[in-house]
Amino acid sequence: MMLRNRRNEALFALALVAPFVAIYGLVFVYPTIRLFMISLTDAPLIGDGNFVGFDNYARLPSDRRFGTAVWNTAYFVLITVVPGTLVAFAIALGVNRLAGRLQAAILALFFLPYILPVSVVYLLWDWTLNFQFGIAMYLFDMLGIARIPVFKSTAWFMPAVGIITIWWTAGFSILLFLAGLRTIPTEIYEAAALDNAGRWSTFRRITWPLMWPITALVLTIQLISQLKIFDQVYLFSVGGRPNDNVVLVYYVFQRAFQSDQGGRAAAVAVVLFVIVIVVSVLNFQLTRLSGGRDR
Amino acid sequence: MTATTARRLNAIGLIITVITVFCAIIWAFPLYWAVISSLKPEHEVVRPYIELWPETFTVSHYVFALTETEIGRWYVNSILTAIAVTVLTVSSSLFCGYAISQLNFPFRNVLWWLILASFMVPMQTLIVNHFELVAGLGLINTWSGIVLPQLIHPVIIIVYKQFFDGVPKDFREAAVMDNASEWRILTKVYIPMNWGVTTALSIVCFIWSWNSFLWPFLAVTKTDMMTITVGITQVNDAFGVYYARQLTAAVLAGLPVAMAYLIFQRRVTEAITLSAGIKG
Repeated sequence: MMLRNRRNEALFALALVAPFVAIYGLVFVYPTIRLFMISLTDAPLIGDGNFVGFDNYARLPSDRRFGTAVWNTAYFVLITVVPGTLVAFAIALGVNRLAGRLQAAILALFFLPYILPVSVVYLLWDWTLNFQFGIAMYLFDMLGIARIPVFKSTAWFMPAVGIITIWWTAGFSILLFLAGLRTIPTEIYEAAALDNAGRWSTFRRITWPLMWPITALVLTIQLISQLKIFDQVYLFSVGGRPNDNVVLVYYVFQRAFQSDQGGRAAAVAVVLFVIVIVVSVLNFQLTRLSGGRDR
Repeated sequence: MTATTARRLNAIGLIITVITVFCAIIWAFPLYWAVISSLKPEHEVVRPYIELWPETFTVSHYVFALTETEIGRWYVNSILTAIAVTVLTVSSSLFCGYAISQLNFPFRNVLWWLILASFMVPMQTLIVNHFELVAGLGLINTWSGIVLPQLIHPVIIIVYKQFFDGVPKDFREAAVMDNASEWRILTKVYIPMNWGVTTALSIVCFIWSWNSFLWPFLAVTKTDMMTITVGITQVNDAFGVYYARQLTAAVLAGLPVAMAYLIFQRRVTEAITLSAGIKG
């Protein structure tokens, strides 16, 4: 009886996991294996190619556009990850002071951009920064700054897309910070107030150290998602200078879908794949180490 | 309590509050500006000065977008594919998360570690192989082709497992004693107990799918099969260089998700914090 129950349980469990395992095998395991396999061939986008060993990788160091892609991705990470996290933290501190309906309303204003599709964000900012009629250009005129064709200028492209990305995604980080701030017991602040601790020292000695684990989490999530950037860069590049603005995923797209070189595209994808995994594992180890020290 | 009140009332605190509210208004201004511009006639939109309120209101751009362009069709494509992604992902993840959390079966730990590991893998790096796969199945330019590669969200299984882990073992044991079948235990005890999570995860899964750009952009080449997020950026000739019309398209594409957020605000924020690994 017991044994039959246990067999039934296992069979039922296998039936439950079967749909996921089937999907997982088809759209995750199989493509991942194929990714590594075709990166060693000269395959076109669709179909097989000849085995070429590590040629596709060997070409990367001298490939100028790959260099640009690596540089742009790193630059984008640099201008979005830390600044975006700080902006979100500051906003969360401000929102956390508010209460009730006012807090909900203000949070919604900051959060709304995050919920929108990238194409809406693109059309919105393309309009706001439109060289001829954009409202930002009227502001530039008023301030006496010369108008800038933001998305057509190489120098302005990445900073502008970076700021737009911070605007778009800050809502997510704000939510995480708010969740963290709410777990700090009010008694601690009351005790600090009784001790006549000033606003700044309260922040530095209580809020900041207690919020550090959340800050580390937000930084990691931001870092990983900005390494994978594509959508905004692609959309804002159309009609501009895509080859100067290329980032890693964009380069994979160009090689595969515009040059029909699946093998070479896969090699670039593998590089990004490895970078993201290394960053994730490093971060996991670091948080484990620092977590162990705190306790 | 007096200490808190005193702190809240002091001048610096008030200034910080004012700054926060002011920043929020600036932050959301581009959204307001897009909506208000889409309600102006084209000649008012391109006036060389700032008008925060339309002189004449018009919904003509909306009428145009809904009757003269393919937006209606794109809406259908987006709604159907997002619903399919949501139903398939959430149900398969629920079943899998439940089995891993509550049942004993061979290779359970292997499966769990695989899921945790795949959480780290950047899906964007698989585009070439997804395209090869979907093209091989003859599904380019179809709804199934748009849906298929979007069905993997390991995080949903992870959240479900955590929730099912939190249910005391007594529930299951009591049900087994009553001779309830496994299926009944799942559908009558565990699923109803976690309705809140399921609703929350379904809403964000729908939003993720509605908003996804890269894959639907690659999987579709015919304009009539595009989702709305892809269509409004790819088919410029449908709107010409009429700014108001483009902004109308943007508002129409963003409206469903913005509404979903505003209606289910608490659920959406709950699901998003959960998916980041923070337990509400």
